[in-house]
Amino acid sequence: MTTTVAILVDGAVYASWLFLVALGLTLTFGVMKILNIAHGSFYAIGAYAAASAVGAYVQAGLSPAGGYLVMAGAAAIAGVVVGYGLERGLLRFMYGRDAVLVLLVTYAVFLILDDVMLLIWGANPYIAYQPDMLLGTSTVFTLPYPNYDLSLIAVAAVIGSGLWWALSRTRRGKMLLTVIHDREMSTFLGIDVAKVFTVTFTLGAVLGALGGALTAPIISVQPGIGAEVIVLAFAVVVIGGMGSIVGAAVGSLAAGFAHAAAVHLFPQAELFVIYALMSLVLIVRPQGLFGQAQPRKI
Amino acid sequence: MLMIKRKYRDTLRALVRAAALGLAVAGMVFCTGTAARAAGDVKLGIVTFLSGPAAGPFGIPSRNAANLVIDAINQGTLPAPYNTKGFGGATIDPVIIDEAGSTTQVVENFRNLVQQRHVDAVVGYVSSGSCLAIAPVAEELKMLTVFYDCGTPRIFEAHSYKYVFRTSATATMDNVGAARYLKQMFPGDTTYAGINPNYAWGQDSWRDFTDSMKVIEPKSKVTVALWPKLFAGQYNAEISTLLINKQQIIHSSLFGGDLTAFLAQADARDLPKHSRLVLTTGETDMYTFSKHIPDGTIIGARGPYGVFAHKSPLNTWFRAAFEKRFGTPPIYTSYQMAQAILGLKAAYDKAAQEAGKRPDQDEVIKALTYLKFEGVGDAVDMALGNGHQAVTEMAYGTYEYDAKTKTPKLVNIVYFPAWCVNPPPGTKAVQWISGGMKGAKCQ
Repeated sequence: MTTTVAILVDGAVYASWLFLVALGLTLTFGVMKILNIAHGSFYAIGAYAAASAVGAYVQAGLSPAGGYLVMAGAAAIAGVVVGYGLERGLLRFMYGRDAVLVLLVTYAVFLILDDVMLLIWGANPYIAYQPDMLLGTSTVFTLPYPNYDLSLIAVAAVIGSGLWWALSRTRRGKMLLTVIHDREMSTFLGIDVAKVFTVTFTLGAVLGALGGALTAPIISVQPGIGAEVIVLAFAVVVIGGMGSIVGAAVGSLAAGFAHAAAVHLFPQAELFVIYALMSLVLIVRPQGLFGQAQPRKI
Repeated sequence: MLMIKRKYRDTLRALVRAAALGLAVAGMVFCTGTAARAAGDVKLGIVTFLSGPAAGPFGIPSRNAANLVIDAINQGTLPAPYNTKGFGGATIDPVIIDEAGSTTQVVENFRNLVQQRHVDAVVGYVSSGSCLAIAPVAEELKMLTVFYDCGTPRIFEAHSYKYVFRTSATATMDNVGAARYLKQMFPGDTTYAGINPNYAWGQDSWRDFTDSMKVIEPKSKVTVALWPKLFAGQYNAEISTLLINKQQIIHSSLFGGDLTAFLAQADARDLPKHSRLVLTTGETDMYTFSKHIPDGTIIGARGPYGVFAHKSPLNTWFRAAFEKRFGTPPIYTSYQMAQAILGLKAAYDKAAQEAGKRPDQDEVIKALTYLKFEGVGDAVDMALGNGHQAVTEMAYGTYEYDAKTKTPKLVNIVYFPAWCVNPPPGTKAVQWISGGMKGAKCQ
């Protein structure tokens, strides 16, 4: 029984982390049809910005509770600066080009940003565990869990639901959905598609950076974390269906529970279980669980 | 109009000719300079992680050690027995490159180092995966290559190499030493689990530790073996599994940021209150993450390095000079890098003395084979792998943190002689351990 509960809790915590990272990636793909490898860099920049800001905040001796706002604020600012700058300065010149070319451009950006981070933050790891420790622990079925980790589940649920509500229940959200369904028709309807692209890409970058910032208190923030996370995020998005927010949520949960079950029941499978799940989904449903098959325009 | 155009074209041509001539002259000067430098210097390729997750904990401290020791050798300011200038009198010209990237990329970079940058020797490689891939390529390119850190024992057990050496001991002694330390400090049957990165280093470490425990504490039992991905960073599910299994000992060869993250996450969930941690590379986190390492944790440093290094004029100089230049104490990878360069210097000096001139590569290889030389932490004996693989003594200690003085320290340090924790020549580590470690000399 303890093992079952542990799989559920560990899986949910892992899934919430995956979802926070995959959300921005799937949103960017859904609207702009860009497979953005640089999303891993947004995650890393968010983690570094949060770790640096929290470190400076704690050293200043200010109220520890304010550290959470500082963390989120630093990531949001970093996400806006990098996301907006990248879209206006580079990606807007790539619209309409071949998808593979755009993919390669985002890969180049990823490599450049990796070196930029190395220049800014150096190679030594950053450690910002204060926000994790501050909330204490709760016991779930005899197992202690940090409240910070458990709260990530709620944070992911709130952000995911908020985004879903904004897209499906607001006027601007519906305009964005129109762009997702048919870019050309949206232009004819008078929607400023270029503006929607800028806002979406910046929002995706902020979500990626926020994912990194919320993870920073749990991990050791160091060079290369962006590369590790982007592969997992892609797997989640592929499982759920490219461009689907509900798909990203279901994909994250499936990947999270599969990972936790492997660790508890068959540790040798931990390395590949998420990718095995992805392969299985692709065999049965190539467009992912919630993806829509795209008709070819001739 | 036509005249102006022609004049303009002539001027342009003259400018192009002048630029071409300038470039040719500059090229000749550069080539002459390069040739002059190459004739006198030993061009030494240094390969370690300069980017990626292993750069901070391993690569940068190694690169710093290389720069420090090479500068001191070139200036002739090292303590005896290395107080002569250069490699056999030749100035060392280092070429430092990054180890990060896929195995294919690492091999390609090695080829470039040899074939395009024309190095005379290579010192490098942290990852066991890199070493396994580079060894046959070094042999193919006939390039003297000294591995300084990677731990997998498979390199010289599976093959015999002429051009490849390793001046640090294999992971075998880390894990035999850990089992022997447990037996000595905490005798009796025990239950234990493992959490090791899922690649050559982690797999070999766990195999050697479990095999050693079967010999040293035969009634001890494994509860669970966990295999997180290298650089996974998150260990919630693993920690839950370890909490459920309630073992007395947890063995881990996690390193760098992975180890730091595991320690923080384990600490937050009180795992160390239930199980004693045995960290084969724990020394790297002793100073940077001291508050989160629980008292009673067993710490290793992959040999007599860092806090385990014996007092000597060389070690005193190394620690002081490193701290002065880089503002932090040297960790075990710094020691291993320094040890590899010193081993190469000892071989060059010996070969130069015997040849009476600058030695060629074969003469250096001959001098390095079966060489015994003084490392920064202790003596090094190139006794295994037909004289290409080093053995050193091994040490473990128990961690304590003094909250009043805010200083970490190790107590109950035990040194194990090299032949107590390494297999004898000609015997594979796995066979030696599972055969009962016959011939081990522990006194």
